[in-house]
Amino acid sequence: MAELYDEIRAVADRYPDRRSAVIPALRLAQEHYGYLPPEAIREVAAALDTTPAVCHQIATFYDMFHLKPTGRHTIDLCSNAPCALVGAGKVLEAFERELGIGAGETTPDGLITLRTVECLGGCGRGTVVAVDHRYREPVTPADVPGIVEELRREH
Amino acid sequence: MSTSDRPLFVLAGTDGGDLRSLEDYRRVGGYVSLEKARQMGREAVLEEIKKASLRGRGGAGFPMGQKASFLPSPEQAHGPIYLVVNADESEPGAFKDREIIVRVPHRLIEGIQIAATAIGARACFVYIRGEYLSEYEILMAALAEAGSAGLVSVPIVVHRGAGAYICGEETALLESLEGKRGMPRPRPPFPALVGLYNEPTLINNVETLATVPKIIEIGGGAYAKIGVESSTGTRLFSLSGNVVRGGNYELPHGTSFRELIYECGGGIAEGRKLKAIIPGGSSAPILTADQVDMSMDFDTLQKAGTFLGSASVIAIDERACMVQLGLRVGQFYMFESCGKCTPCREGTRWIEMLLRKIEEGRASYAELDLLVDVCERILGKCLCPLGDSDAMVVASYVTHFREEFEAHIDQGGCPFGGSSSLKGLLSPVDELYRGRIHQEAAR
Repeated sequence: MAELYDEIRAVADRYPDRRSAVIPALRLAQEHYGYLPPEAIREVAAALDTTPAVCHQIATFYDMFHLKPTGRHTIDLCSNAPCALVGAGKVLEAFERELGIGAGETTPDGLITLRTVECLGGCGRGTVVAVDHRYREPVTPADVPGIVEELRREH
Repeated sequence: MSTSDRPLFVLAGTDGGDLRSLEDYRRVGGYVSLEKARQMGREAVLEEIKKASLRGRGGAGFPMGQKASFLPSPEQAHGPIYLVVNADESEPGAFKDREIIVRVPHRLIEGIQIAATAIGARACFVYIRGEYLSEYEILMAALAEAGSAGLVSVPIVVHRGAGAYICGEETALLESLEGKRGMPRPRPPFPALVGLYNEPTLINNVETLATVPKIIEIGGGAYAKIGVESSTGTRLFSLSGNVVRGGNYELPHGTSFRELIYECGGGIAEGRKLKAIIPGGSSAPILTADQVDMSMDFDTLQKAGTFLGSASVIAIDERACMVQLGLRVGQFYMFESCGKCTPCREGTRWIEMLLRKIEEGRASYAELDLLVDVCERILGKCLCPLGDSDAMVVASYVTHFREEFEAHIDQGGCPFGGSSSLKGLLSPVDELYRGRIHQEAAR
């Protein structure tokens, strides 16, 4: 993909050392492919004049990179202590019930992936839920059907 | 004294709202300090920061002026000097840097430019956590505006992380910024001499830098009069947990937990009783409810065996099972351990496994002793404080709430039954376990 190659080269130019661009480059590739299949990692490596192994070790280290396809939409629920204290467990149960899947799973139609994540940095307004990377705070069990409906409608 | 009478520095002028545009920020005196700093010259600026005794707001509390003084001067340096801004806020309980970026992005940019000029930096890098997408966009918009107004003389590159708590640790952050896995470096050499791309580097937290413009405005001496002796100035306290009104409150150092929790936060929700306080993010050893009158400053908390850290106060009410809390906190450190140092990589797993056994009522007294023993064996043996944090906090839960741990063993299960406020939670670690069980079942 020539376009992806050019985008990565442009990002790399911002840094004194091209290798600094591995994370932003992988993010661009993930936006193109939806996840990071081996060919995406090879393309990133080629654009940064490095090896796929260098890029692969980054893709596996950081939580926001996905080596397997995820749903079209993602629901990331903070399950860390501050949110847990104010009822994140009940919000998670509500999502699991509404979606018919467990945390860490994707709906059979491939539409929504539900995950529990570590602290998102919204502790004063828990429970924090990132829907397609945009924070909703606070989310209560009563908000859950509306959020799921919104994603289904958008589709 | 009500909250509004207090001196505000970091959030000054926001008046409960946002000051996102350059115009709004200028209206409250924005970028005047930058101009003043340029006229003062770099040494005079560093002198004011030293006089202010400004301690780092990221967690370690190291004085910024002293850190900057370890750097070579631009004349002495053989290559470039860099300023790195730590915006990788990921400490459970902390959400203050995010609020600064969203509400007064220009104050951060102004602080960055003042500091960059003072150390003679060639470039600045802001490492912002990957999850902060809206925050990144707001910062980029402010930066574009400041840039076109000619206010950015030292170039700023905003670099988004990709989800790793460890990258908040300064040397792991540098590794990550260089395109490597976020694994801490041995120190010495310290980043002031061998930092980003092996060049001298000053690393400061968002709140620290956002405090700098006001210090230049009123002078370091005047700033140092606010707060208490060892902890000058104000702090953005992040209040969360079982309180009526969670949020960020800018208060002078030396304010008590009681004032923060009961006056600012409206007390414990639904009239319940306070049980425990986490004073500085989940990495800080726990305090009990009877310590609520303690002063929130660096030295007082250190004497009490804990620390102020990122000033993230988590109030915990009587419904929480402390073993469950320990387990959830322990799972976080296990999940986030980078795996470089053996005591942390293995120790965090042992802690999690033992806490799980205690919570499920499958543990013996010998295993409770083993838990404390494992904590002791991690302490002080790793390159960074991640493993230490796990060890110290879990040990503090056992020390302060030993009877609850023993009750789990005696009763062969959780004494809270299903009534703990933490019941029913799941973590990324649980997901990993569950995924593995599914895979094994499928085989």
